[in-house]
Amino acid sequence: MKYRKIALAVSLLGFASAAFADNHTISRNMASACASCHGTNGHSVGGMDPLAGMPKDEMIRKVKDFRSGAKPATVMQQLSKGYTDQQIEMIANYYAAQK
Amino acid sequence: MTLNRRDFIKAAGATVAFGSLYGCAGGTKGSGNVVVIGGGYGGATVAKYLRMWSDGGINVTLVDPTPNFVSCPISNLVLAGEKTMADITTSYDGLRKHGVTVVIDSAKAVDPAKRTVTLAKGGTLSYDRLVVSPGIDFMWDSVPGLTEAVSESKILHAWKAGPQTVALRKQLEDMKDGGVYALCIPKGPYRCPPGPYERASMIANYFKAKKPKSKVLILDANADVVSKGPLFKKAWTDLYSGMLEYRGNHSITKLDAASQTVEFEFGDKVKADVLNIVPAQKAGMIATAAGLSNVGGRWCGVDWKTLESTAHKNIHVLGDSTAATAGMPKSGHMTTQHAKVAAAAIVNLMSGQPAPDPMVIANTCYSFVSAKEVIHVAHPYVFNGKEFAVPKGAGGVSPSRNELEAKYALAWAKNIWADALL
Ligand SMILES: Cc1cc2nc3c(=O)[nH]c(=O)nc-3n(C[C@H](O)[C@H](O)[C@H](O)COP(=O)(O)OP(=O)(O)OC[C@H]3O[C@@H](n4cnc5c(N)ncnc54)[C@H](O)[C@@H]3O)c2cc1C
Repeated sequence: MKYRKIALAVSLLGFASAAFADNHTISRNMASACASCHGTNGHSVGGMDPLAGMPKDEMIRKVKDFRSGAKPATVMQQLSKGYTDQQIEMIANYYAAQK
Repeated sequence: MTLNRRDFIKAAGATVAFGSLYGCAGGTKGSGNVVVIGGGYGGATVAKYLRMWSDGGINVTLVDPTPNFVSCPISNLVLAGEKTMADITTSYDGLRKHGVTVVIDSAKAVDPAKRTVTLAKGGTLSYDRLVVSPGIDFMWDSVPGLTEAVSESKILHAWKAGPQTVALRKQLEDMKDGGVYALCIPKGPYRCPPGPYERASMIANYFKAKKPKSKVLILDANADVVSKGPLFKKAWTDLYSGMLEYRGNHSITKLDAASQTVEFEFGDKVKADVLNIVPAQKAGMIATAAGLSNVGGRWCGVDWKTLESTAHKNIHVLGDSTAATAGMPKSGHMTTQHAKVAAAAIVNLMSGQPAPDPMVIANTCYSFVSAKEVIHVAHPYVFNGKEFAVPKGAGGVSPSRNELEAKYALAWAKNIWADALL
């Protein structure tokens, strides 16, 4: 019985960290597509908005406004239409955490 | 039910196995050896991202015969005298700082069974996984009368940036005012759909300023302008009226290199002072030599989830060499996105985990129609379980040519070079 509890705890821990690593990896991959224009990990080398460290809510608002057409843009209105709310949130999370 | 000691060990063991399968606390790192053939858009990006995402766990060796990266994007501005070769050249030192071993040599053969790459100067490299991103090579027999030797010396393509860019610029500078520059475009698919129309526009821009009696003639094997047609045509009418002429449905039937004359399907003939023939294209030669060109003997089939070849296991093909689905252009931007999908897959696979579902990827191609104005085409691509497709209603082009996007086009180049190479 004691063993069983320990086993359960160990396995829950395993699931939790697996889920964390998985989510982080998916967000990282998703965000890397933006880096071709906005710089590796959002560190623009000039002429494009840097995304590194942008507050999460600000990025979510901006991208959703591009997508709805509320915010004018050149390419971002056209590209943002490829993303779901959840994907935008993942990308915003990733970039908010970049220093 | 009570667990005995053995059951506990089994349960805990299963958890450990699960943990390593899906990346425990530290996440995925990966280990082993990756060899990358080609240090262009695809090869450079995948090399850097493999080092970064594996936290230096994966050894990466990149092979390319050219000592520096030279970009095709922006090379049309070099032809027009607006930029220099130095502006489009980047050293591989940034990749070296990421711990990539850069070998200046070309790959001569691949043995998929032994997992080795033979180099031209001698020596072999062993790999656990190989990435092949050699760009395109030309189908010389697509233009009767054209040979590789003629194309290297006289009737240039300048469809790979480097010595050909410098040589074509020189031909344009040497041409007398009042001369004709003719650009022959092959049937698609070819590298960079809007690229030829950008080139014609920029050379017209140069003539307008420096050789106003000269003419640009576009002889296109395609029925009509393949990319951003209305925007290019409007720019040609507004900016280069009387100087630039477009003729569609012009497939070359014969070239006479000595007199610089081309003949076409419908019997017409054109003689040009500077004749720039871009021949039809296929996957880079090494991809074919490695047995990877399994689509029409011309392009490389890949599993879009991992960019792994459908011909050989443990080999991934990126960029222009792939048999891309319709609507996925052969562009530098698209190629870097291939590289990231592949890097994510390879890091997972080399740490014993399944490849992730690919992220949404994107393409943006800016074209200069004059030194000051640019037009773009941009699309997102979503993986549908089999391939990438543009979601309905997404993507598009510039409403009209504009100066703001000329700034973005140059910023795009700087940022994509840095993302691939620094
Ligand atoms: C004029 C022009 C303008 C363009 N403009 C744009 C643009 O504005 N935006 C855009 O996104 N795209 C543009 N492109 C397209 C872009 O250049 C290509 O799509 C991109 O380079 C493809 O990347 P790649 O990695 O497949 O090939 P490349 O970038 O060509 O890299 C291939 C590399 O492989 C090396 N190689 C080949 N064979 C071997 C071998 N056997 N061993 C070792 N190394 C080898 C080559 O030396 C080369 O460095 C343009 C192209 C042209 C020609």
